[in-house]
Amino acid sequence: MCENKMTLSFLAVSENESFARSTVAAFCLGLNPTIEEIGDIKTAVSEAVTNSIVHGYGNSGKGYVAITVSVNDETVNIQVADEGKGIDDVSKAMQPFFTSGDIEERSGMGFTVMQAMMDEISVTSKPNSGTTVFMKKEIGLGERDA
Amino acid sequence: MNVLAKKDKGDLILSLIGELDDHTSAETRARIDEILDNAVYDSLIFDMTKLSFMDSTGIGVLIGRYKKNKGKHKIFIANPSKNVDMIFQISGLYNVMPKI
Repeated sequence: MCENKMTLSFLAVSENESFARSTVAAFCLGLNPTIEEIGDIKTAVSEAVTNSIVHGYGNSGKGYVAITVSVNDETVNIQVADEGKGIDDVSKAMQPFFTSGDIEERSGMGFTVMQAMMDEISVTSKPNSGTTVFMKKEIGLGERDA
Repeated sequence: MNVLAKKDKGDLILSLIGELDDHTSAETRARIDEILDNAVYDSLIFDMTKLSFMDSTGIGVLIGRYKKNKGKHKIFIANPSKNVDMIFQISGLYNVMPKI
């Protein structure tokens, strides 16, 4: 497959979580991924977008989440960016079970799940400026579903 | 999201149907609690056969129900998809809600 790229920007409201992950998944279909690989991408995108909506913008619904996806041969690169409140300590936020939200109802597993689903993940963040998550995955290399 | 309840002797089986994410978590949580508050059962089984998508928000929902249960009933997970199974494995959820 030749190189392809798309950008998507949407209001930071939870109604858009399903739209965002489904759109990114649809864009990646040209790489002929397995069902599991598409599931991995949908899950990782959902985690990053949810972080932006819930933590970046504090569920205020004010602000936008921007996703850029590029595909090249077997590689998909996904960038999820917000201009929210940012993360004070990125390495701490990426630890399993860490959450700045309700500890009774939030798992603190978002970044851990992203790491498990994708081949590479990195996060840049600046307090009061925003957060960007970069993710990379090689897809279409395994056995195809019939 | 929809949650359907079925009794099988002492087992209460809750089928989660649809996509469980941040947007659907509040209604899912409320629906499960409504069912559990009005049911008599020995064991609780979450059947994931018709759960088409779940991210880590689902872990929060399930752990929340586990804490609310306070050890009164055994809780199990049944029929997760491969992606959901991976999320349960890396989160350690099966330590408190074994897969059957």
